[in-house]
Amino acid sequence: MASKPAIRSSPAFIESLARVGEFGSFVGDFFKRFWRPPFEWKEVWRQMDEVGVKSFVLTAVTGLAIGVVLAMQSRGTLARFGAEAVLPKMLALSLVKEIGPVFTSLVLAGRVGAGIGAEIGSMRVTEQIDALEVGSLKPYNYLVITRIVACVVMFPILTVWADAIGLFGGFMESYIVGNVDYRVFFASAFDSLTFPDIIVDTGKTAIFGFIVASVSSFLGYTVRGGTREVGQAAMQSVVTSILLILVADVIVVAVSLALFAPD
Amino acid sequence: MEAARSDETLRPATADGHAGSAWPPGKPWPSAQPVGSGPPPDDIMIEFRDLYKSFGDKHILQGVTMAIPKGVSTVIMGGSGTGKSVTIKHVVGLLRADKGEVWVHGENVDELSKDDLDKLRLKIGFLFQSGALFDSMTVYEQMDFVLKRHTDLDADGRKDRIMETLEWVNLPKTTAQYPSELSGGQRKRIGLARSIVLQPSIMVYDEPTTGLDPISVRVVSKLINRLRDERGITSMTITHDLLCAEMISDHVFYLLDGVYAESGTLAEVAQSSKPQIREFFGDEYTMMFKAVRDGV
Repeated sequence: MASKPAIRSSPAFIESLARVGEFGSFVGDFFKRFWRPPFEWKEVWRQMDEVGVKSFVLTAVTGLAIGVVLAMQSRGTLARFGAEAVLPKMLALSLVKEIGPVFTSLVLAGRVGAGIGAEIGSMRVTEQIDALEVGSLKPYNYLVITRIVACVVMFPILTVWADAIGLFGGFMESYIVGNVDYRVFFASAFDSLTFPDIIVDTGKTAIFGFIVASVSSFLGYTVRGGTREVGQAAMQSVVTSILLILVADVIVVAVSLALFAPD
Repeated sequence: MEAARSDETLRPATADGHAGSAWPPGKPWPSAQPVGSGPPPDDIMIEFRDLYKSFGDKHILQGVTMAIPKGVSTVIMGGSGTGKSVTIKHVVGLLRADKGEVWVHGENVDELSKDDLDKLRLKIGFLFQSGALFDSMTVYEQMDFVLKRHTDLDADGRKDRIMETLEWVNLPKTTAQYPSELSGGQRKRIGLARSIVLQPSIMVYDEPTTGLDPISVRVVSKLINRLRDERGITSMTITHDLLCAEMISDHVFYLLDGVYAESGTLAEVAQSSKPQIREFFGDEYTMMFKAVRDGV
């Protein structure tokens, strides 16, 4: 009983609360400023290339590995129950509904989150953000909004890409091991998917993209000190993004099940 | 090193240190108005009135008061961590005063809305200590970025302005280079070019010559003087560099314990009765100014 007030009044607790409040205000600024000029389309395009195009290989390898391994691991178990035929359905459902979106987002949180945290953090400590500020160049619009928009757009695209490669990996495994015809495999796989599966479960990665970009931008934008602190900001960007993605996934799944519950 | 310094470093500011100086020697320096007395007179560009600023329990500025007239070059000196950078960041609204007022161009900076502050900032150029060039842009792109945002110039007009400005800092061939490909002195000059590309009426320099060799110090200092002499730009400079201060200062404020402990010409400040200030300048410098004063 006595420890509760001590926790509430500890400087670390108060500082953590203040940081959460600061982050809330930082995210609130996005919704306030998003609608107002300047609109940095060129920079959004550059960030989409940075976040998206440069992550295509990484997400392809991730998707392929997941698809192949999932097929390999599941085949034996399904065979024991004589249910090998449902392998394409199971692969499609698990890839599209959960494993694809979450794995892709976690991998992107590592690559993109660290990049954003380190880049914006180093701009802060080298006074480039102050230079944008005193030049009336609206650094929040230029650095933060552009990255958030790029991540919100590119995360779902990369997820669809990773899902497709994952399914292809699963098919390759099935073809090599079971000589399954591609028409049978993909017809069975797509037959199991419904429109809400694809939209909701792929669409949730837009939320994950928002989380990664906003958390990483915030940690970079508010960094104080030198290169050591920039490194810490990059590391915290990844760790915090991953944790928040997992928490957000639970919430989104719970909400989507409530809204689109299977009959 | 000593031979190189003897010619320019030790040239007393009170002699002919500033050809084209906007502030006539002997003319009394204006005083700042008290807090709450409204805008300063038209000939005062920047005015600090009883400015206080703390970070946590660190009390950095404790009543800074000074006025900077139009078209002159003012230098702020002081030991490390005494609040020089904190002071100039108030001019552009990067920091807000805990107490007191900062007036720039007849406007109270702390009372401006975000949009009005942005408008005021367009009249001020700020050269950061590191140059603060944008890593992801070439020299041309960073200047074009500023012009595109804040002017109606077409592509040719912007190109002319950029080339003219780069010629002015004597680096016209750097347009395609990224900051990482420039030397320290070039970065400062490109930073200066970017700061003046919008033709501001005030320039704020944060240690413009730190880390530069004496030749580059002279180059940058001469550019600062040219801005004052040819364009009538009011400047406020933080520097530890005595050669730079010597070359550019019309008036010096020395910051000590959160207030301006001494102000005057460089020679006057160097001969302060306060031991900390004399220690800052060193015996050689203080003696030299004393000798000049006494006609030795």
